[in-house]
Amino acid sequence: MSVLPTTGVPTTGPQRSITTPHSAGNRLGERIIRRLLRTCAIVSVLTTIGIVAVLLSESLKFFGEVSVFEFLTGAQWTPLFSPPHFGVLPLVCGTMLVTGGAILIAGPIGLGTAIYLSEYAPPVVREIIKPVLEVLAGIPSVVYGVVAVTTVSPIVQRLFGSESIFNALSASIVVGFMILPMIVSLSEDVLRSVPRDLRSAAYALGATKLDVTTRVVVPAALSGIVAAVLLAISRAIGETMAVTLAAGATPNLTLNPLESVQTMTAYIVQVSKGDTPTGSIEYRTIFAVGLTLFCITMSLNIIAQWVLKRMREQYE
Amino acid sequence: MSDTPRKRSLETGRRYPGSTLFGLLCGTATVLCVTALVGLLATVVAEGAPWLSTTLLTSFSSRKPELAGILGSLMGSLWLISITTLICVPIGVGAAIYLEEYAANSWWKRLVQLNIANLAGVPSIVYGILGLGLFVRTLGLGRSVLAGALTLALVVLPIVILAAQEALRAVPPSIRQASYALGATRWQTVWRQVLPAALPGVMTGVILAIARALGEAAPLVAVGAATYVAFVPYSVHDEFSALPLQIFDWASRPQEEFHGLASAAILVLLVVLVMLNAGAVYVRLKYGRRIKW
Repeated sequence: MSVLPTTGVPTTGPQRSITTPHSAGNRLGERIIRRLLRTCAIVSVLTTIGIVAVLLSESLKFFGEVSVFEFLTGAQWTPLFSPPHFGVLPLVCGTMLVTGGAILIAGPIGLGTAIYLSEYAPPVVREIIKPVLEVLAGIPSVVYGVVAVTTVSPIVQRLFGSESIFNALSASIVVGFMILPMIVSLSEDVLRSVPRDLRSAAYALGATKLDVTTRVVVPAALSGIVAAVLLAISRAIGETMAVTLAAGATPNLTLNPLESVQTMTAYIVQVSKGDTPTGSIEYRTIFAVGLTLFCITMSLNIIAQWVLKRMREQYE
Repeated sequence: MSDTPRKRSLETGRRYPGSTLFGLLCGTATVLCVTALVGLLATVVAEGAPWLSTTLLTSFSSRKPELAGILGSLMGSLWLISITTLICVPIGVGAAIYLEEYAANSWWKRLVQLNIANLAGVPSIVYGILGLGLFVRTLGLGRSVLAGALTLALVVLPIVILAAQEALRAVPPSIRQASYALGATRWQTVWRQVLPAALPGVMTGVILAIARALGEAAPLVAVGAATYVAFVPYSVHDEFSALPLQIFDWASRPQEEFHGLASAAILVLLVVLVMLNAGAVYVRLKYGRRIKW
């Protein structure tokens, strides 16, 4: 079999078979352990298969009763009324409204913070702020939901005169703050990974700091920043507890942020909280909505990873 | 105004108003970002502090705010994270060891790796639906502690695997080569050399995963955990509630008093989370320093 790697360079994979084939490597115990560890890794693959299988199997039964066309294009979502309507657009619209608002808030602030931390801040400030943001990123989403109910919603109601205490704007604000640490942390990493040579070269040509930042560093890191924002969008779309508490439970095909809306996640929570009998059409709706949610977030994640990978190849 | 540092920049001595302004703008964004997030926590403290009492810790939830407490849900949460940890740590660390120390760099390894990265981005409510379909209904576990813990274990599994992989990768190859040179088998090398060296990093990842499991409410709602329990779970087959669920339930009630209670319960949750994070820092400082290459 293959020879030992002789350099001290860390290899990503393990070194193949340093133990010779006929000695310890083939011992029964070693083989069993290998199998066991392999099984552990397979659990993660099974999880994905399980998610897809569960979502698909119940969704297919759902689509046996409701046409895919009606589901994807219907403008009314009233599964609990009679006659029921199963158009997912109001839920998707609610999710997009909340997510869009959240990105409008978190994008500029997050990017500004990331640029400040990577280009302007003295090392001491960065060493303090980064860990603080990482701790803040670990705050559970239900906490943001409570803040929305107790603080943000009353303020929004007073400032903009929205009728309902539940509105998409409060949800956008808290979700925006929730994804802020993530955007800052990810984009700061990519900004810092832009090679120093690029900056030095620009300065040597007489560029000001503003030029260097906005015309050299940010464009060079752009794909990474895009990936960070995509991951944040995906996170905002999947966000559940905060939007359920803040945005309400009214499926609403609207772009007015002051109205109460229901997101896909909030709908799943609403049905799960009630005692829906297995096999009923209401029970199956959560799988169909879950499948929609899964497909949207999954594609965003895959695109983001692809963008990040391409950027890494560019600089390595 | 001159607190934006410009000294270390490679710019010449001249000041460019545009540059300075941009720096100030970005600095303002940072201040806004930090104050908003810290302010958010401050409002929770302000709302919740008046409701902190021994009643909160020692009684069950109630329709009367002044009698309501978090005993049932806090115990439910402790049950959950204990079992979640028992399930996800061996599997997560095992998977990480397999990927870093055993698997050849083949399409299979890349597939598993890609899969784990994607799982880390799946919304937690989707795991809840998986838990509902698989553990609660198909396996017939019902709305039990076990079903909840299994679901949470799947939610945090990618976190454990990724953190453990990073820790294993940081162990220098020379350690492994030395061990092999002395005639150790692969497992002996992993178990006696690599794993102990990687342990602080693995522990940190595990603690962060527990913290995440403790704060998750969405998967538990989907699994069908109760928001009202008047008992402490005695076995893994009992029904349960969890602290974040209790908070959610109180926050979704219209009465102001319950919002105060929710904030107070958050303070309890945050205290536990801070203790876990402090534990992670302690592990990193204490055991991380002992190993020197």
